[in-house]
Amino acid sequence: MSLEVTDLTVDIGGRRVVDGVSFDVPDGARVGLIGESGSGKSLTALAILGLLPDGAEAGGSVRWDGRELIGMPDRELATLRGDEIGIVFQEPRTALNPIRTVGRQIAESVRIHEGLSRAAARERAVAEASRVALPDPERIVARYPHQLSGGQRQRAAIAMALACRPRLLIADEPTTALDVTIQSEILELLLSLVEDGGMSLVFITHDLAVLSQIATDGVVLEDGRVVERAPVSTLLTAPASTVTQGLLRDATATLWRPGGLR
Amino acid sequence: MTGSTRASASPARKAPGRRRFEWLRRLWALSTGRFGLIVVAVVVLSALIARFWTPFDPRQVEISDRWALPGLPHLLGTDGSGRDILSLLMAGSRTTVIVAVGAGVIATVLGVALAALGALTARWMRESVAVFVDILIAFPVLIIAMMISAVWGGSLAVVIWSVGIGFGVNIARVTRPELRRVLHSDFVLAGRASGLSPLHNLWRHLLPNVAPVFIVQLSWGMAVAVLAEAGLSYLGFGAPVTEPSWGLLLAELQQYITVYPLSVLWPGLAITFTVLGLNLLGDALREATDPTLSRGRDPLHPPRGAIRHVPEVVA
Repeated sequence: MSLEVTDLTVDIGGRRVVDGVSFDVPDGARVGLIGESGSGKSLTALAILGLLPDGAEAGGSVRWDGRELIGMPDRELATLRGDEIGIVFQEPRTALNPIRTVGRQIAESVRIHEGLSRAAARERAVAEASRVALPDPERIVARYPHQLSGGQRQRAAIAMALACRPRLLIADEPTTALDVTIQSEILELLLSLVEDGGMSLVFITHDLAVLSQIATDGVVLEDGRVVERAPVSTLLTAPASTVTQGLLRDATATLWRPGGLR
Repeated sequence: MTGSTRASASPARKAPGRRRFEWLRRLWALSTGRFGLIVVAVVVLSALIARFWTPFDPRQVEISDRWALPGLPHLLGTDGSGRDILSLLMAGSRTTVIVAVGAGVIATVLGVALAALGALTARWMRESVAVFVDILIAFPVLIIAMMISAVWGGSLAVVIWSVGIGFGVNIARVTRPELRRVLHSDFVLAGRASGLSPLHNLWRHLLPNVAPVFIVQLSWGMAVAVLAEAGLSYLGFGAPVTEPSWGLLLAELQQYITVYPLSVLWPGLAITFTVLGLNLLGDALREATDPTLSRGRDPLHPPRGAIRHVPEVVA
């Protein structure tokens, strides 16, 4: 199953914030969307799943497994979300409901899509929690989000997105809000889960160094337009656009920062 | 011998059920919650019992026993026509419960419906609901209830509907912005991304997160309903004189406050305690059902703002 984004546009209040973005994610590919903040990366991700905020309008074409997602009724899209396409957000502090236990949230999509009973869903939550290497999964599923550390919360969010074994994972800056050491742990976890599950990945970041660790191809965005599309190795060694060159300079700076990239 | 195996097996099996009623245990642990629970339980119980049994017939007039002091057989004494005050209070508590529950149900349904309409629908709908609520809120509940009963005659239904609608609007006004706030939080988006339908999302993520605000408003509304019934009946606009009511009783007895001050005490105390109990119960419920406010039973993960007591790790 592959994702084909063709000429995607997003308008907010008459302003075009994503302007003709096109890229393909073949089955099993790991594609990075990279750009400065405000370049339209996150809106592109939300538009794919039909999760744009009120007042934002998507146009163009997003084909998933041959089906057109733009203009698909929400009820139908909901059957894909979490089941075939999962998404992880940037901020683990707010991505979990503060008054529901971690386990119930991990098992949420399973209960919807596979119709498991409460008890079976609990078992499943424990299994999913141990899959993302949460410590002491039996007990942690009964905890509330505020009782978890930032890295643990992001692991729980990943477990939530992957509980139904989707074919495609969209990760929207999943490491930006985390400490550097935890960043690399989460990256390794994501990489191993995606490879083991044979999933495709769309990874969104502003950090070329992070991108080089996880993606094979990169799509560089600026002001809602694609400025460069190339394998990550090319982006690193022979950046064609000034945007990519700038991103590369920032990434090199990270390399030299004490305790930076490992 | 079998005791140890049973002990090790039962906690795992009982865990989910115990967690579901965990909030009740926490409620009881709070002194305000305990007080509120006891008061509400006493009022509800006496209302139930009064349907079948009261120490004396609350309507029975006994001229020879006028203004009896508290004691036996009249535990709280009698009024000016020799009726047993305890029996009158018990019979009156039925009216109180009916009014509080009735107004509470109406306020809940109306408040949640208006808040949901005002927070989750299309923009023009949201804004007209907000304006509508703002207009309704300008009318004082008690004045309206008095006007209605002055024109069409007093009845309990008037009290219930006017307080219910008045506080439903109040609940909507406070809950609507909360719903908007929660609606824009990431976990609602994450819920949609997991494939939750809008209705499921409302039920699982939105309403539970606005419940604390809602509960406090509701308990306040029910307390005001009790006060309103007593107040309107006291003024002669509420319960018809044939119906036993704390407000009516207070109105009758307070004329003799200088002569028999002790008899006035009882209905006054009943009203005060019920209103106080409802308020404290609402406040305690909010605290007991919010997991982020729970007392840190786990020393490594205390509630927010608490001082961490990290136990020494000894190998």
